[in-house]
Amino acid sequence: MAEIVSLAEAIAETVHDGDTVAMEGFTHLIPHAAGREVIRQGRRGLTLVRMTPDVIYDQLIGAGCARKLVFSWAGNPGVGSLHRFRDAVERCWPGPLELEEHSHAGMANRYVAGASGLPFAVLRGYNGTGLLGPGANTHASIAEIACPFTGERLTAVAALRPDVAVTHAQRADRAGNVQFWGITGVQKEAVLASARSVVTVEEIVDELHPKPGAVVLPTWAVGYVAAAPGGAHPSYALDYTARDNDFYVAWDAISRDRETFLRWVDEHVFGKGSS
Amino acid sequence: MTGGPVTESPQAGYSSDEIMTVTAARALHDGMTCFVGIGLPSDAANLARRTHAPNLVLIYESGTIGAKPGSLPLSIGDGILAETADAVVSVPEIFNYWLQPGRIGIGFLGAAQIDKFANINTTVIGADYAEPKVRLPGAGGAPEIAASCREVIVVVRQTLRTFVHRVDFVTSVGFGDGPGSRKYFGLTGAGPQKVITDLGVLEPDPQTCELVLTAVYPGVSVAAVRERTGWDLRISADLGEIAPPRPAELAVLRDLIAALPSEGAAR
Repeated sequence: MAEIVSLAEAIAETVHDGDTVAMEGFTHLIPHAAGREVIRQGRRGLTLVRMTPDVIYDQLIGAGCARKLVFSWAGNPGVGSLHRFRDAVERCWPGPLELEEHSHAGMANRYVAGASGLPFAVLRGYNGTGLLGPGANTHASIAEIACPFTGERLTAVAALRPDVAVTHAQRADRAGNVQFWGITGVQKEAVLASARSVVTVEEIVDELHPKPGAVVLPTWAVGYVAAAPGGAHPSYALDYTARDNDFYVAWDAISRDRETFLRWVDEHVFGKGSS
Repeated sequence: MTGGPVTESPQAGYSSDEIMTVTAARALHDGMTCFVGIGLPSDAANLARRTHAPNLVLIYESGTIGAKPGSLPLSIGDGILAETADAVVSVPEIFNYWLQPGRIGIGFLGAAQIDKFANINTTVIGADYAEPKVRLPGAGGAPEIAASCREVIVVVRQTLRTFVHRVDFVTSVGFGDGPGSRKYFGLTGAGPQKVITDLGVLEPDPQTCELVLTAVYPGVSVAAVRERTGWDLRISADLGEIAPPRPAELAVLRDLIAALPSEGAAR
């Protein structure tokens, strides 16, 4: 059964230095409040896993929480670069960042394998791309495989089995059953693939009412539930909040400069002073 | 659409980005299914749906199938895509059930670098992956879109930095090393059939797979295109000229762009 606790307790219980952490949410339902809590708790040496690192991992990387990034697309959607990510890769600031780089299809299938309790998943992909080369650091997670029935040459990708998954959902009930809808991404797979999980929610309700296309994670499949209204901001929670597109645009300038970024973290993550 | 090179003559009445987007939109036909990347491809696909192709099926990698956004999305996961879609599916499903089997007609992609065999790089600029000159966002859905859509159209501004003899990193395979590469790699789609730039249109030669200039925009010289191509560009024997944007096309496009947050930011 999921425990309903505060966000700070949920992160303290689940995310430890050196862990492999998957904070998922595909543009929608990105667990930003939880990401800021990880920064506040000063976690270090994390392997961060996420299809689209986005602004949430730009913040964690810039704040020095990450040792390694496993990902498939690291940009500020619709705006441009993730400058903290680039500064880490191009200039090792605030420290070096090891990369393991895949395609979206590869990452999605790696989560499916993890959720399925299988060691790998099979897809048609990667052939002919540089992602197979030594640089992309995928040698331990991609292999060519022959179909046992037809002999067709296919690609196997190793399962992702994070220590902890962190996601955001619209709501949970008081028993800890979780419900989310709209663009549901890979959150179900990420939670089921991980040893521990935290789901932050817009609200905790007495009863979950059916919603078209909704995913329900039963309480016994979830570790911790924490209320974090607005916790997806600047991303959004369909039917609760709107995507703050202006923030994504503003992030470009905030993140471009190290000092400006650190001031933003002090003010908006640690709540020191104000501008 | 700020930030792009503006090369139009002042009397043309439209920018080079605008004719590129209009030309890309015209390449999409009513009723097609189209896997759309964000930025220029999404702008063009939405323009097509608002003009000559109202039944164009827009599919975004966020799992939104048949999205009908009333305004241009800033990201592939904007709420407007989910709210207007015929179906919203998970990310594993969009890649495994919809893209991989070849159900989607056109893949509409951008590029940071493209080479003469239409291979695309969106990963790193610089020969050394470990110490890149520029770290780009990476693959996203592009490698499998390029592999498995029945055809691919690339929309990219043409400069010596983007049009290179050999990409620094093959993120998504066009024609690999030339004829036979796609078959060798087991890529089921036909690969890039058009590369639409701010100067004109390039198409692969059916024999050599090399990109050949097949059409230019009004007022663009072949010499100007060659100057912005990093290989010895071949020119089609029947080089065409693209019709300029019609007022109706421009009006719809400008309405779409004007409604973007912060006037389109750094797209």
